[in-house]
Amino acid sequence: MKSRTMAGRSALLLVMMTTLLTGCGGVFDPQGPVAKDQYFLIALSFGIMLVVMIVVFALFFYALVRFRKRRGQTGYPEQVEGSHKLEVIWTVIPFIIVMILGIITVGYTFKADRQTNIEGNLQVKVIAHQFWWEFIYSDLDVRTAQDLVVPENTWVTVELESSDVLHSFWIPQLAGKMDTNPGMTNRMSFKSDVAGKIFKGKCAELCGASHALMDFKVVTTTADEFDAWLAKMKTPVAVTAATEAGSQVFTNKCLACHAVTVDNASAGPNLAGFANRDKVAGYRDNTEAYLREWILDPEEMKPGAGMPKVPLTDQELDDLVVYLQSLK
Amino acid sequence: MAHAHPVKRYRGIMDWLTTVDHKKIGILYLIAGGFFFLIGGLEAILIRIQLIAPEMNFLPAHTFNELLTMHGTTMIFFAAMPLIFAFMNAVLPLQIGARDVAFPFVNALGFWLFFFGGLMLNISWLIGAVPDAGWTAYVPLSGPDYGSGGVNFYVMGLQIAGIGTLIGGINFLVTVINMRAPGMTYMRMPLFTWASFITSALILFAFPAITVGLVLLMFDRLFGANFFDPAMGGNVVLWQHLFWIFGHPEVYILILPAFGIISEVVSTFSSKRLFGYSSMVFATILIGFLGFMVWAHHMFTTGLGPVANSLFAIATMLIAVPTGIKIFNWIFTLWGGHIRFSTANLFAVSFIPTFVMGGVTGVMLAVAPANFQFHDTYFVVAHFHYVIVGGLVLGLFSGVFYWWPKMFGRVLDEKLGKWFFWLFFVGFHLTFFIQHFLGLQGMPRRVFTYLGGQGWDTGNFVSTVGALLMGVGTIVFLVNIVITSRKPQDAPADPWDGRTLEWTIPSPPPEYNFKQTPLVRGLDAFWVEKVDGRKEMTPAEPVGSIHMPSGSILPIIMSIGLFIGGFGFMYANNPFDNTIISFLFENYIIAIGGVGITLFCMYLRSVNDDPGFHIEPEDQVEKGAKL
Repeated sequence: MKSRTMAGRSALLLVMMTTLLTGCGGVFDPQGPVAKDQYFLIALSFGIMLVVMIVVFALFFYALVRFRKRRGQTGYPEQVEGSHKLEVIWTVIPFIIVMILGIITVGYTFKADRQTNIEGNLQVKVIAHQFWWEFIYSDLDVRTAQDLVVPENTWVTVELESSDVLHSFWIPQLAGKMDTNPGMTNRMSFKSDVAGKIFKGKCAELCGASHALMDFKVVTTTADEFDAWLAKMKTPVAVTAATEAGSQVFTNKCLACHAVTVDNASAGPNLAGFANRDKVAGYRDNTEAYLREWILDPEEMKPGAGMPKVPLTDQELDDLVVYLQSLK
Repeated sequence: MAHAHPVKRYRGIMDWLTTVDHKKIGILYLIAGGFFFLIGGLEAILIRIQLIAPEMNFLPAHTFNELLTMHGTTMIFFAAMPLIFAFMNAVLPLQIGARDVAFPFVNALGFWLFFFGGLMLNISWLIGAVPDAGWTAYVPLSGPDYGSGGVNFYVMGLQIAGIGTLIGGINFLVTVINMRAPGMTYMRMPLFTWASFITSALILFAFPAITVGLVLLMFDRLFGANFFDPAMGGNVVLWQHLFWIFGHPEVYILILPAFGIISEVVSTFSSKRLFGYSSMVFATILIGFLGFMVWAHHMFTTGLGPVANSLFAIATMLIAVPTGIKIFNWIFTLWGGHIRFSTANLFAVSFIPTFVMGGVTGVMLAVAPANFQFHDTYFVVAHFHYVIVGGLVLGLFSGVFYWWPKMFGRVLDEKLGKWFFWLFFVGFHLTFFIQHFLGLQGMPRRVFTYLGGQGWDTGNFVSTVGALLMGVGTIVFLVNIVITSRKPQDAPADPWDGRTLEWTIPSPPPEYNFKQTPLVRGLDAFWVEKVDGRKEMTPAEPVGSIHMPSGSILPIIMSIGLFIGGFGFMYANNPFDNTIISFLFENYIIAIGGVGITLFCMYLRSVNDDPGFHIEPEDQVEKGAKL
């Protein structure tokens, strides 16, 4: 009975492992060397632990079934004090197992550290805010937010900082996570093996009401696409007749917090290239409907967000949306 | 015989408010801890309902953060800790053949401080400013610049309760060192006593760390200090170190007594002595020692660097070795035994595989580079619920069913007990097993909602169903308590064919526990006598007058004093409409007055000689006082 539950449990485990391995964006579908190393360590430690569990469970369930008190059984069982031989065995073998795992762990810990110090990495300063991410390409003079665009096969080193509370910068498929501590700078490196993908990024440290909604994206490109993206970001979008009115609204109502050119710092997210972003408010699809919803009531969409509800007439809102959607 | 001093003996509710009897204090801990356990459980169910499906609007984001904070804080500090103290009080003195703990007055004070600390924390719900920075209260989120001010309740409540825990720990250390019956050498102590002894030592060294952290946070929040403000030269990581220097040993403070309970129950219900007793003791000490060397494994992603991460990874993995020793010793205690599956033993044996599952994910988490993926995800949530619920709580329930007859004189209903066990056990695994995978699929912990289409929907649904099942199980348990309490108080002294001293005296024991202090002739003292064909212990002293400590109302008044003082400090800068109230708070009159009450009680306690009283042989009835 009990052993059947256990067999069922391990079967369930295997089924779940395989479905997960086919990949739906988690740790099991790594797309870069750092995440692949981490996946290897997870699989390795899980494998070792699975063997341990099988041994322990087998002994345990055997003992439960074999030595249960039978009907009519009288007297007392033999009072065994212990067994030096057995005790040495189950002390030494686990010790050897954890030492092997420990040595491998130390090796990979220092490997990850060396990767952080590779010369010529693309340096990106990441500043975490409640509840959005600012990305500053220090050597390229580009500031942006929410979508971290990186070329494939290039080591990227992020310098992690925070402007308010603790956050944690996490890209499950490319790298693990690292905290952003106010007053300090942490470093972490990763590399994407593929171009043309959008990877999910998340905040992993409780940071306030909208911690759950503090997502970002990592957009991978080819080297040429990356250069083209840089050039485009650095060229301000010309205001046309169609966007003239919205531009005015933006200047009057939004510019105090949002810059639209990549060289300007701003309190809120830099909106250069906003129309190309994957999401609005970090987690909704970047559609007109969601954009309107967001501007009309930021608190409703993202509780605790710093963006105030700016009074706008219907006309102003229409114009503003047209303008924002022209920021390509 | 010298005559007894005249002493005022209280009855009814006053008896409970003034008691210094460890057995009654144990019951108070059980009731209060059980109450907070229900509150924490309710909070958990609300959390799980919000997460049953993507984008639920059952709870607002901010309320969710309050719930997760209060769930964690309540369960660790105000449910798990007092329930452990309940058993330490109810059982430990009996197991070593003592008539009470070393400092009965301090024992009562410890309880009331814990109780008023817990009350203070939970009053935040009524006031509407609830702690919302997680039970770990990481700064700056828990600092003065963020949140609604609810963290004040966390800071004050935990400090008051923490004093209670600390003095409780000291009390049990001294009790074990000084109050053992003749012949009860250290290496003859039951394993629950050993585990509680080590736990008390851990409390002694771990709680000062959180106290320091809480004091610094209190100064930042209430008096404008800047220990944790980087702009003023403070450091946010400092809090994490202080918290986890306490927080990791705290995990062992919780789990070691559960190990002790499991050792007692498995041994009793297999009718075998504990396999490898001395290696069990050694493993317990080693776990306690290593528990202080591993705190930074909670901080692998904080950015401490590869050297620190490597050292803490190795130290963490090493803990697997003594823990493994314990697991194998339990299995080999069962091996060759006549295993009886009472409810207590069902909980105890189910603990073993469940805790192994929590342990192996612990080793996985210790792999520092892989931890960069695991950290702060549902994988971690699954891991620590496997060790705390699957470990500690299963152990506590095992202890509840095992020692209930000794505490209350009534045996809990076995049929309802088994229903409770299966509902709780299945519900537990449904809730938490799947969370390992949610974490690996990228679900961070402490999220109030999530978007669909990430492969998380089914897992979260299953998890919530499991949580509800645990809730149903708990209701069955409450029903069991009610039904049992209506039955006659007729539990035998030794309902389980026990092996240790607590089973040699009536259920519940008389006020003085042992009419004659027993002579201990070996490990499993009662068993030794049974094997020799005796039904009771050999006394180590003649029947005589028994000296008892007298009750006192001071512990509860001292705790109320600190409780009032805590509010005084918290609301010193609060704008009140009423000018008199404003005046009282602003000038720290309430704060100083509250603390003054406590100091005055300490003065009274110091100057008033308390000679206690004696129970003469003719008053030493066999059966304990009715509860």
